[in-house]
Amino acid sequence: MSGATPGPLLEVDGVSVRFGALLALQQVSLTVQPGEVLAIIGPNGAGKTTLLNVISGFYHPYQGRIRFAGRDRTWLRPPDVAALGIARTFQNVALFRGMSVLDNIMTGRLLRMRGNVLLDALWWGPARRQELEHRAFVERIIDFLEIQAIRKTPAGRLPYGLQKRVELARALAAEPQLLLLDEPMAGMNVEEKEDMCRFILDVNDEFDTTIALIEHDMGVVMDISDRVIVLDYGRKIADGTPEQVRKDQAVLDAYLGVAHD
Amino acid sequence: MTEVLAGLVAPFADIASSPRFFAEVLIGGVAAGLMYSLVALGFVLIFKASGVFNFAQGVMVLFAALTLVGLIERGIPVAVALALTVLVMVLLAFAIERIVLRPLVNQEYIILFMATIGLNFFLEGFGEMVWGANVKRLDVGIPDTSFKVAGVLVNRLELTAAVTAAVLVTALAVFFQKTRIGRALRAVADDHEAALSIGIPLRTIWTVVWSVAGLVAIVAGIMWGAKSGVQFSLSLIALKALPVLILGGFTSVPGAIAGGLIIGVGEKIAEVYWGPLVGGAIENWFAYVLALAFLLFRPQGLFGERIIERV
Repeated sequence: MSGATPGPLLEVDGVSVRFGALLALQQVSLTVQPGEVLAIIGPNGAGKTTLLNVISGFYHPYQGRIRFAGRDRTWLRPPDVAALGIARTFQNVALFRGMSVLDNIMTGRLLRMRGNVLLDALWWGPARRQELEHRAFVERIIDFLEIQAIRKTPAGRLPYGLQKRVELARALAAEPQLLLLDEPMAGMNVEEKEDMCRFILDVNDEFDTTIALIEHDMGVVMDISDRVIVLDYGRKIADGTPEQVRKDQAVLDAYLGVAHD
Repeated sequence: MTEVLAGLVAPFADIASSPRFFAEVLIGGVAAGLMYSLVALGFVLIFKASGVFNFAQGVMVLFAALTLVGLIERGIPVAVALALTVLVMVLLAFAIERIVLRPLVNQEYIILFMATIGLNFFLEGFGEMVWGANVKRLDVGIPDTSFKVAGVLVNRLELTAAVTAAVLVTALAVFFQKTRIGRALRAVADDHEAALSIGIPLRTIWTVVWSVAGLVAIVAGIMWGAKSGVQFSLSLIALKALPVLILGGFTSVPGAIAGGLIIGVGEKIAEVYWGPLVGGAIENWFAYVLALAFLLFRPQGLFGERIIERV
């Protein structure tokens, strides 16, 4: 990876998204710097998930631009965004429920597989070698996220916390430059949250992956993020280090409400 | 009382007394069953990849057969006509993805289902407009005659059809289990959003799946057409595929194969041995009664996923 690329990895520039009469995002601008862990927070309905969906190509803005690694990609569709090196997880876990954990994670490698349908089918030569290489990488991720014990279990049968972990594994399998996590810790108990925090920081460290995540748990956000962006009613109201954001008056107002005299 | 006894005992006595004849019935059943499987497979592929129950699958069989016969009638050599038919079905898949599926993406499944009903009527009308509505003979060069193996009569045409169907079904199963596209297809079948997010292009997968369903339709069209002529009733074999799907489960390729065989063999045996007791014509309703029983006791089918709705 060319860590020397100057400038931000991702630039969102004046993006607005509209659903009928509802302005889900209004003129939101932000950057994601290479190597950082960025948290996006805000009250319910603030537009956090919409922002993630715009970045990963599920929605397209009617205004503004998105640049990734310096190139404009405002209009790309999700598969093309994934091909650029942006992986994501979903708020409501989106695993392939009928497939085993191992197969789920292997699908994350699909983009990196090249090959010939015929050779694949015959399980021969380069196809076989390629499959084994991908398997090796996937096994590394499985070790890393400590899910060896459930490799063969159908994903749909796992408890929620583990499903979230498998979804993270699948996203990692694509070796993304930018990883988008939509509430990776929602619905988890304290212990699971601690594990997930550790994994996120380790991923950031070891795989050199830039991470942008949405999270509600303020303790977690303050602990793991380098920078925090706050959305409220589709607008960005704060952007800074956790300490700065914690003291920001606009943020306090958004979360606690403002007294109207 | 005697009637009940006759129904329970006499048919088995018949089977035991003439095993060769029973083998012939069995082979006929397997041959018909593989054909049902082939049609059901077209449904399963599309249902798995897009959640759409393709009402037009039967008409696709008719359309493929009509195109092939029409081209041959115009003096084009069989091999070239076949290649052109394949091309037509692939183009059709592209057109369906572009014109029907893409504008309806993320709509309710029932709306997509309605769209395939529309497609059904369009293809039927279009096929007849281009190729004419009269019954056509399709000669594939295999005589509809029988020969004896160990004293058992085997029909050449049925045998060829059964072997072709078996080869095709196996090839498809390998394709979807072992290849990259197969893995992508299974992913799409499970969760569209997740599939998109890991870089699987939904549109490409849909086009591939509809193309494969088109190829399956060609083979089914040739086989049925060679036997009973190419005519409108070809599209009705889709109705036979429905109980096959209920038996096998809508999402299961092995299920479609097993379901087709069970129904093919079951209805032949029921017709031959139990038919005389009730005045015949069991073949026409056997599959549906069996499907009804399955709906009552095992609605997910033999291999389908059990649907448990959380409240």
